[in-house]
Amino acid sequence: MPIMNADTRHPVTITLNGRSRTGHAHPRMLLSDFLRHELGAHGTRVGCEHGVCGACTVRIDGVAQRTCLTLAVQADGRRVDTVEGLAPEGRMTALQEAFRRHHALQCGFCTAGILMSLSDYLERVPRPTEGELRDMLSGHLCRCTGYAGIVRAVMDVTGASTEVADV
Amino acid sequence: MTALKAAQETARDRDRAAGHSAAHAGDRGPLVGQPIPRIEDAALLTGAGRYGDDLPVKPGTLHAAILRSPHAHAELLGIDPSAALALPGVAAVVTGAEARRFASPFLVGVKAPMEHWCLAVDRVRYLGEPVAVVLAEDRYLAEDALDRVAVRYRPLAAVMSVEQAADPASELLHPTVGSNIVNTRSFTYGEPGRVLAAAEHRVALTVHYPRNSCTPMECFVVLADYDPAEDSYEVLSNFSGPFAVHPVMARALNVPGSRLRLRSPPHSGGSFGNKQAVFPYIVLMGVCARAAGRPVKWVEDRLEHLMAATSATGRRVDLEAAVAPDGKVLALSLRQTEDCGAYLRAPEPASLYRNHGNLTGAYCIPHLAVVNRIAVTNKTPSGLNRGFGGGQLYFGLERLMDRIARTLGLDPLDVIRRNLVPASAMPYTTASGGLLDSGDFPATLEEAVERGGLAALRARRDAARAEGRLYGIGYAAVVEPSISNMGYITTVLTAEERRKAGPKNGAQASATVAVDPTGGVSVSVASVPQGQGHRTVLAQVVADVLGLRFEDIRVVTDFDTAKDAWSIAAGNYSSRFAGAVAGTAHLAATKLRDRLARLAAGQLNAPAGEIRFAGGKVFAAGNPENALSFSRLAAAGHWAPGTLPDGQEAALRETVFWTPEPLKAPTDGDHINSSACYGFIFDFCGVEVDRVTGQVRIDRYVTMHDAGRILNPLLMEGQILGGFSQAVGVALYEEYAYGADGRFLSGTFADYLVPTAVEVPVPVILHRESPSPVTPLGAKGAGEGNNMSTPVCIANAVADALGVDTVSLPLTPSRVAAVIHGAEPPRPAGAAVQAPRVSALPATTPDGRGMKGEGSRAVPVPPEQVWAILLDPKELAALLPGCEALQLAGPNTYRAEVVVGIGPVRGRYTAEVALSDLDPPNALTLTGSGSSALGTGRGTGRVRLERTAEGTLVHYAYTAEVGGKVAAVGGRMLDSAARLLIGQFFDRLIGRAGGPATPAGRPRGQPGLLDRLLRLLGIRR
Repeated sequence: MPIMNADTRHPVTITLNGRSRTGHAHPRMLLSDFLRHELGAHGTRVGCEHGVCGACTVRIDGVAQRTCLTLAVQADGRRVDTVEGLAPEGRMTALQEAFRRHHALQCGFCTAGILMSLSDYLERVPRPTEGELRDMLSGHLCRCTGYAGIVRAVMDVTGASTEVADV
Repeated sequence: MTALKAAQETARDRDRAAGHSAAHAGDRGPLVGQPIPRIEDAALLTGAGRYGDDLPVKPGTLHAAILRSPHAHAELLGIDPSAALALPGVAAVVTGAEARRFASPFLVGVKAPMEHWCLAVDRVRYLGEPVAVVLAEDRYLAEDALDRVAVRYRPLAAVMSVEQAADPASELLHPTVGSNIVNTRSFTYGEPGRVLAAAEHRVALTVHYPRNSCTPMECFVVLADYDPAEDSYEVLSNFSGPFAVHPVMARALNVPGSRLRLRSPPHSGGSFGNKQAVFPYIVLMGVCARAAGRPVKWVEDRLEHLMAATSATGRRVDLEAAVAPDGKVLALSLRQTEDCGAYLRAPEPASLYRNHGNLTGAYCIPHLAVVNRIAVTNKTPSGLNRGFGGGQLYFGLERLMDRIARTLGLDPLDVIRRNLVPASAMPYTTASGGLLDSGDFPATLEEAVERGGLAALRARRDAARAEGRLYGIGYAAVVEPSISNMGYITTVLTAEERRKAGPKNGAQASATVAVDPTGGVSVSVASVPQGQGHRTVLAQVVADVLGLRFEDIRVVTDFDTAKDAWSIAAGNYSSRFAGAVAGTAHLAATKLRDRLARLAAGQLNAPAGEIRFAGGKVFAAGNPENALSFSRLAAAGHWAPGTLPDGQEAALRETVFWTPEPLKAPTDGDHINSSACYGFIFDFCGVEVDRVTGQVRIDRYVTMHDAGRILNPLLMEGQILGGFSQAVGVALYEEYAYGADGRFLSGTFADYLVPTAVEVPVPVILHRESPSPVTPLGAKGAGEGNNMSTPVCIANAVADALGVDTVSLPLTPSRVAAVIHGAEPPRPAGAAVQAPRVSALPATTPDGRGMKGEGSRAVPVPPEQVWAILLDPKELAALLPGCEALQLAGPNTYRAEVVVGIGPVRGRYTAEVALSDLDPPNALTLTGSGSSALGTGRGTGRVRLERTAEGTLVHYAYTAEVGGKVAAVGGRMLDSAARLLIGQFFDRLIGRAGGPATPAGRPRGQPGLLDRLLRLLGIRR
């Protein structure tokens, strides 16, 4: 990484959901702020700004990452995919449809981050067990749903069986 | 059947029903009652939601950062903003002086001379209290400048518990009140004293409910502007109501309500009551906009939210019951002491009175004595939080029922059964005046026992216990109040005071239904939804009334006090949507339909009473073939008002205000029906406790609800699952914890532990539907119930598993392990103290004073040389980690500028450093204290130089206290940070003395694991 002047705004160019976008950022500007307030891509939400809640997760070069723990200048020249790019033709993905069907969201503030984590995860682990899925989801905080609808939605889409000890 | 399988069956039912979403009302039965997926989701799933921080700001808007008190309790001596104002991009610094100039203190709900301003004026009373606001061109610059605002404080003793508050010797938060118990009221219903005195058994219990909060994922947002020409404020904020607080805000801004226009964004990132507490910041940002002459935007960050936004009240409840040998409770005495934090912020003390009509829960208890005391403490002011006051009440009441069973050797479930209000007594008036409106509690309980599989669960417990495992079953039965009586809060006043203030009662809901010139139907309500799905349910309700398709109804919930129909009860709280708001929308739609029917009657040549609305058509019941289209009939009022029949008005818009009939003001005898409806919940659960770690695992949870008529089962289930999840957090993990000196210890989501997908099981949810006779659609609130029933149900199960009488929340592994194994013994004192050794005292120790530690390091020069280095200011400056400047302030006294980072927080401290008790070259005492925007620190170290063959062994022992944001967010790291800073000090000392020497236990040249970890965390470079 080149040495940057802290007091200067530097041009940052990313491929945002398939399109080249350029904005300017001081070196300390968070990628979350850059996306939201410099490029106007508001779909990515900010929930804690200290890397715990996962709401601000996007994919950088395909890998799910927290934008509140990433500087905008670190994303320069890279591909950034956000929730706005999941359904480019206006048709929701099967996972988005399943979220709706299973009431996997209420206020929706954590949803973008969860969808972006899942889009990365399900490419790598197409049929997770419920335990594996819950383990992955534990990197995200949702205060509305109790996660039940989210788990159901994913299991519905992957067609995987669930394993819960009979009570 | 497993919980998950049950859930999947529900999901499959729902998938089938989802196909109904395009159906006309009337085709396949009404839309109300169907599990229709939400209108709201399309925007939220694609990133198109518009939350407060997404909305455009006016050009020239300034961004606010709030300087907050690092002290729990201190006099505010002075603020010097000059260094902050000198920074580039800083436009203004607003302090208490501007608050005094442009605002007034907030109204307080009890008669006590307490002043609460939007900015501290002469004293700070909780850690995180706003002290000044920096307004700058962007948020980064504003936050930079916080560091440069110099504030002088004189710390005062902190009051951190209700017991301390009740001690007359405690430091007074509000000296003009004369006590930290700011209000006491006693109530007697029936003859509780006589019945208690005569009782065969008396069972007593004391419980403490901790402070916690539902922490919505979106923090507070305020955009404020002031128009000097109109002397009016325009604010956009994610405030959730109740709008009874709107007059409080307007009064604080010294304007009538008509000059405080308040709008809400289209979407909200959750509230659970918490977004009520944005209101002081609406006033604060109004003051800022006025002082700066420019629009202002403020977005709260998570550290601010956890530290200083709001909290459920903490409560101590002392309960005593008079009990018959069969477990029947004959009389109940409740002594409640509420921890409201530093100020009684509106609508407090509502937490304490919200359940006043249902203090006896789901039980027939005719004799009741109540003492309610309100304490102020040096903690964040309390406010609305899902389950408002119910978690606190039922934690005591349902623990008491469990204790009664144990004391009398009865089955806890039988004690509940014996006390439930019988169906024959409904509607039932409670001792304190609540009117339990409908339901069959005993039958509901038996159905839950049967369908929820209690017999199997008991067998499971027996089997587990036979294997020596710790397994327990807990129960809870509660009534869930909804649609608060706006008069219940006045129960805190005496009848005499109420007469002077004028009556308060009711719960006005409003809804407007309108048709546009194309025949489209729109609905607007003042419900300020926070993610539940109000738009979906209202579309169901109105489509049914007008015989239209679900998607024909456009529901607008963005709210604007200047344009919308509203009253003080508006907003999103007290589970009022299903019963009050949806019901009122039904009334408004019905009124509009009746008007349309009269217009259609002439055209169809049929009496208005026979006109039907279905399938988008309007027709006479006896002649469906001769139909008008709904849109044509509805639009006629716009296009051809001149052709309306004589005496008829166009049917363009109907607004209805509705208030529940049974909501009266408190009587002179202090009887109050505090809510319009009361649902019933019966829960039971099985938990297993890990004998070694103390971890609690919820094995099975069954929750049975009777919330009247269910409007949308999918959304109802979502509310229950969400409330349950938060309640699991309350039971097992969540607490806004403070040190005894007022330090806040839960400042990040790594410290305040919210349950994740791994910790929350899927409960078995069961329903009965006993329609409420009070609400237009028969619906009652349902979203708060598990926040009331679940924490105590789990606690009862843990008590059963451990076989103990006392359990306290949250039931964290360490707390439960302490019950199993006894308190952990103190760490044994080590013999060798070669490496720096630091031990942190737990925050709950009586002194509560941060850290202490001791250690020693070898330095390869004689004591005289070490002494000379320590006494030389230049050398000392070079030794102090992060020291950027050191000036002599007096003999052996220095003023230093130090930059220290702990975890994510890096701060510039102005520190006073003094050397005393000089005994050259053998010993000295080093004392330091510092403060910054991020917090305070002070410490004392005794340094002793021991001559050795290799040079000097430097011994040190210190105590240190850290407060403010640093302690809140870095608490877990303070130990290692202190160790690190001391290590750096000695590394430098050794370097100065001509080292190298390595501390014991670490190979030279190789950084230790700790060091590498700390570097990663940003503590060390």
